Amino acid sequence: MVEHTATAAGTTPAPPPASAPPADAAPSRRRLDGEWFRRNGVYLGLVALVLVNLVITPHFASTGSLRLQLVQVAPIIVVSLGMALVIGTGGIDLSVGAVMAMTAAVIPLYIGYGTLGAIAVGLIAGVLSGALAGSVVARIGVQPIIATLAIMVGLRGLANIVGGQIKSIRDPGFRTLGSGSVLGIPWVVLIAIVVAVLVWVLMSRTTFGRQLVAIGGNDRASALAGLPVKRVLTTVYVISGVLAALAGVLLVARNQASDPTQLGRLVELTAITAVVVGGTPLTGGQVRVLGTVAGALLMQLITYTLVAHDITNSVAQMVQAVIVVLAVYAQVGTRKRRRSRA
Amino acid sequence: MSTIETTPQAAGTDATARRLKFVQRVQRQGALAVLVVLCLVATFQFDTFATGANIRSIGLQASFLAVIALGMTFVIFTGGIDLSVGSVFALGGVLAAWAAQEYNTLAAVLVPLVVCGAIGLVQGLVIAYGKLAPFIVTLAGLLFARGLLLFISDEGATVNKVPADSAFRHLAQGSLLGIPYPIWIVVVFFGIGALVLHRTSFGPTVLAIGGQEDAADLMGLPVARTKVITYTASGLLAGFAGVLIASYTSSGVAIIGVGTELQAISAVVLGGTLLAGGAGTIFGTLVGVLLLQVIANVINQVGSLNSNWQDLVSGGILLAVVVLQRYLAGTVRR
Repeated sequence: MVEHTATAAGTTPAPPPASAPPADAAPSRRRLDGEWFRRNGVYLGLVALVLVNLVITPHFASTGSLRLQLVQVAPIIVVSLGMALVIGTGGIDLSVGAVMAMTAAVIPLYIGYGTLGAIAVGLIAGVLSGALAGSVVARIGVQPIIATLAIMVGLRGLANIVGGQIKSIRDPGFRTLGSGSVLGIPWVVLIAIVVAVLVWVLMSRTTFGRQLVAIGGNDRASALAGLPVKRVLTTVYVISGVLAALAGVLLVARNQASDPTQLGRLVELTAITAVVVGGTPLTGGQVRVLGTVAGALLMQLITYTLVAHDITNSVAQMVQAVIVVLAVYAQVGTRKRRRSRA
Repeated sequence: MSTIETTPQAAGTDATARRLKFVQRVQRQGALAVLVVLCLVATFQFDTFATGANIRSIGLQASFLAVIALGMTFVIFTGGIDLSVGSVFALGGVLAAWAAQEYNTLAAVLVPLVVCGAIGLVQGLVIAYGKLAPFIVTLAGLLFARGLLLFISDEGATVNKVPADSAFRHLAQGSLLGIPYPIWIVVVFFGIGALVLHRTSFGPTVLAIGGQEDAADLMGLPVARTKVITYTASGLLAGFAGVLIASYTSSGVAIIGVGTELQAISAVVLGGTLLAGGAGTIFGTLVGVLLLQVIANVINQVGSLNSNWQDLVSGGILLAVVVLQRYLAGTVRR
């Protein structure tokens, strides 16, 4: 009986504001159930891991190390935010890594048009790929996984044909973007922060954001309710494509080189992991923007922690795999409970 | 009176039925038609295509993917997906070469099968009883198997060689009646797969789960157990493909298998199996594998194209096929 109350209360959409301390014990317990952990587990994990590192990892708290970590993770955050929107609609975008490769392939070809010109062409590649994926998914109704899989395979091939071998980029603009900073914050990190804020505003302050979540919750009901399902879905894939392309630009700038064959390999998996660990359910209907950022940071920090302690990359990868499953298991646990209430 | 009422209706259902049949035929045999056309064109265009050696080579190259795709077909029948097969394939190869070097031929076959089967089993258990999305579980499996593989091979630095005198080499390098063993193995495996699908209760159960899992559960079908078996089989088959590649190349190569899961899924979908589960054919998967391999071969024959065109063309054909399937399904429903 007590449990039942807790379960029902735990599903209230808005958590009580922190400024209203509960008088009795029950509300505080209700906030500590599975739903609470699902919503906040990623932040807990992140804080815990930072604390652990402060104690056990030498030089962890230095600005240099922090900077390096953030620069490393920034492109992942950008691409994961696009993935979060797609997963919010109940879809998936496997093409993001190939889009990054495509961007890397076209930048050296158009560097003659100046830094901004080359970046613009790179981003257009993302728009086109996203538009194709969105049209095939939204208008023809092909499953997202298979549509973006086909694009992933084809686009990676095209990127290799267009881009070929590794090319180093000697352009002052790209050098500034890759290694410069403003007010001590690297450009790459700053861009990731701006993108995160924009996506957050999009999801919490616009009609589009609400429509996206509604479609992810139930696309047929949304269509019946008169929402522009096809347009919203197409737009979501275009946003994902553009953000992937932007991540490609950031990586090219950071490496001062483009390598279409290797750039963005397995990024789609990293991004999906960040989104899921961040608390966005794979079934759609919800987008956790801040959680996604935290998820990307957490995965990066796990790898860093293990590698900093001489545990090899391969073991780090296995640990990541286990964490993904545990994170999703926590999600399913809450889903089941919510269903049992209904 | 009755004729007036029934005739238009009968004509309508007739047309619909004919259309349905046509759509099903396109879904099932579309890839076969493309394959036949492609082979005919290639035969006339390139003198080197329709030679015994080239066909043998296509069959041999296709055999590794075919073994993996067979497991994937059953997984997709249940409405699931197995993203781990590429990593498990590579892991199986490395384990086989290691065991052949350290122990003997028997170990070279058994060790990979045990490890890869165990990975499949764990995935199946988590999916069936933990009720987690197959996509995410096998994604984790992909990471895990690749991590394990790199761990075993010192981050890919150590390469195990199959000893020159080992009988293990015969497994994929030997041949019977001029046809390499791997091709025979594929024929036998697909035969068994077809028997399992059509002549045992396991086959219809797999399809029923993919069609509607809740209904299958209510009918009393062993949903969880069937899923576990399916994912275990997929792991075993991917591991066995690794055994074959290790025997064929006489070594354990750590970098293979990246993207193989996607090739396998492509082959299954090209073969007419619906990714949503519940319908499809085993033979179609074989056609899908051959189609991908023939595309690769034809692109190699065109001297001016490099292997990247293979990806572009495969991706384009896959997209075209799924769009067509989807479009046809739409016309029928309407």
